Amino acid sequence: MQKISRESLVEKAIAMLQAHEVSAVLGWKKGEFDYDITPALFTDAEDLQKNFVWNDFCGANFSKYLVEKTRNIEGKILTFLKPCDTYSFNQLLTEHRFDREKVYAIGIPCEGMVDIKKIKDACGEGIASIACEEDVLKVTTLYEDAPIAIETETVLAERCLACKSKKHVAYDELLGETGEVLESNRFDEVERLEAMTADERFAFWQNELSRCIRCNACRDVCPACTCEKCVFDNPNSGVENKAAANSFEEKLFHIIRAFHVAGRCTDCGECSRVCPQQIPLHLLNRKFIHDIDRFYGDYQAGAEVGSRAPLVDYTLDDLEASEIFEGRDN
Amino acid sequence: MRKCSLSAQDTLFAKLAADATLYLPVDTADGATYQKWESGKVWSDALNTNKSPKEFFFPQMEDLMAFKTAGKTIELIDTRSETEDFIVFGVRACDAKSFEVLDRVFLTEPQDSYYANRRAHGTIVTVACTRPIETCFCQTFGIDAAEPQGDVSVWKTETDLYFNANTPRGEALLQKIEGLTEEADASAVEAQKEQIQKVLKKLPLKDLTTDGFGGDKTEALFDRPEWKTLSEACLGCGTCTFVCPTCQCYDIKDFSTGNGVVRFRCWDSCMYSDFTKMAHGNNRLTQVERFRQRFMHKLVYYPANNDGLYSCVGCGRCLAKCPISMNIVKVMKTLGGKETC
Repeated sequence: MQKISRESLVEKAIAMLQAHEVSAVLGWKKGEFDYDITPALFTDAEDLQKNFVWNDFCGANFSKYLVEKTRNIEGKILTFLKPCDTYSFNQLLTEHRFDREKVYAIGIPCEGMVDIKKIKDACGEGIASIACEEDVLKVTTLYEDAPIAIETETVLAERCLACKSKKHVAYDELLGETGEVLESNRFDEVERLEAMTADERFAFWQNELSRCIRCNACRDVCPACTCEKCVFDNPNSGVENKAAANSFEEKLFHIIRAFHVAGRCTDCGECSRVCPQQIPLHLLNRKFIHDIDRFYGDYQAGAEVGSRAPLVDYTLDDLEASEIFEGRDN
Repeated sequence: MRKCSLSAQDTLFAKLAADATLYLPVDTADGATYQKWESGKVWSDALNTNKSPKEFFFPQMEDLMAFKTAGKTIELIDTRSETEDFIVFGVRACDAKSFEVLDRVFLTEPQDSYYANRRAHGTIVTVACTRPIETCFCQTFGIDAAEPQGDVSVWKTETDLYFNANTPRGEALLQKIEGLTEEADASAVEAQKEQIQKVLKKLPLKDLTTDGFGGDKTEALFDRPEWKTLSEACLGCGTCTFVCPTCQCYDIKDFSTGNGVVRFRCWDSCMYSDFTKMAHGNNRLTQVERFRQRFMHKLVYYPANNDGLYSCVGCGRCLAKCPISMNIVKVMKTLGGKETC
């Protein structure tokens, strides 16, 4: 269960709307069920009272929406940012993707978001309702008479189990408390892949990426992917590509995308959250983050506005390409 | 009606696979997928496979033809290979209905020979849904999860599999397994159907109706202001269209192989900015228009051209897979008259 209440967020949002300090509120909107929440713009108090949601299912990272919404909406937008969202927020500012003056950012603490797939695995299909309680989710299903209680911790999303930071690195105002950068285990899986032989690793990625259906959800949700027109969507680019024509192209898209966001990816994990084929795409990005940390010293994209990613910076101490190659285990 | 013991299902699958490729849903760590049956593969009870079985007839990517140039001559190569007989086993009622939606597009003149060829070689074996889930709404489109269509319908009980042939092709399939099945009365199946009807009445989306939609509703719906809010958070990805059993749009493209050209087609999505791009540019400039197109097609344009048949079968994949959880149910509830959420 989240430490800060939905009511306090709604109250704050209504107060700012009514005082005309903001003209719209970017928030999570109630769905058909208890878990299918949609990002939405709220412009009136009644809508907020009725439909605004803040609970363990509010995983969507709103930062990228600011790129388009700040251009199309008159006045300021109030947005609520979880700690990991603030890193994307800063990274977008570093890249001058939206006007900071048009946003009022409120940092809110996050206890981790749950993964509906894990809940379905634990409780069986046919979810009728889910109530978020202190450390526990009470799930009723269409087929069990009694509600099933599951510990929230056991169904947290993978990215939240490896949470890198509870610290808000950007905000105009905090509701609740901010936390610390955490010692996370987020590179464990990368190291497991690095320990494989090249053939094993190739087989691993072939198995994962061969499931890709090229829906582009990973790219479209990614706060680091904000090109107005992606080369893969542009018939004039010469590389426009709607479906993999062969197994080489299957990998091409994801590997190029990972290179393109290297040094800019904040590791928010949205790519893997939205993948309909459950491909662990974040591992490609994490590999780059891990390598950058090792070769150039620890660097966290989005930790501050205006930082220069090691890949686009030059210092006299930089490793030579040959040293990097020799530094590789495989 | 024929039946065979559930414990004999592997023998049954082996018999079916003896002279046709047999595909059935198999559980994986990443959800259920259709796989080629071979000894050891276990038939999944999952309701929805990750991707729909439409790709057996309309694959995501297929070569249409190839060109080879030599000097001033150009050789046209037919890349079609003979399609062998295959069986798709364990198709749900919703997905089975989707084939009718696709047939009306691909089998009307001029017929799509690639699709028709696969359709002619495929036998569909459907299975009734004993445990529908919250995202199911096939009832909205008049589909009965207890009476799945297809060439053969199957009911799986605790102990047995019951078979009923619906077409000559289905009868031929049952004949193949005649030695493994016995004549059975329908009482266990009737009991299961009753049980399914009870569950269907409990589903959260049971009251969703098509009121307000249909072939004559273009003017009433096209300019509704709600399209803007409904599409507000849409990422413009193709997830909904690619997991959808009835979405049938494709693009035809040429691929240079270095010494020739392969002309292929692949699934396309009306959610994409370059969808149906023409010489003058794109006719749907914003995501609001692209989003509207998808739902107008399913709920208005398709029924207008197909005797009122909707091109949604209520499988619920888009409900489960959309990154922002926007979907046809929310659209129908918002635009169809009553706002119930």
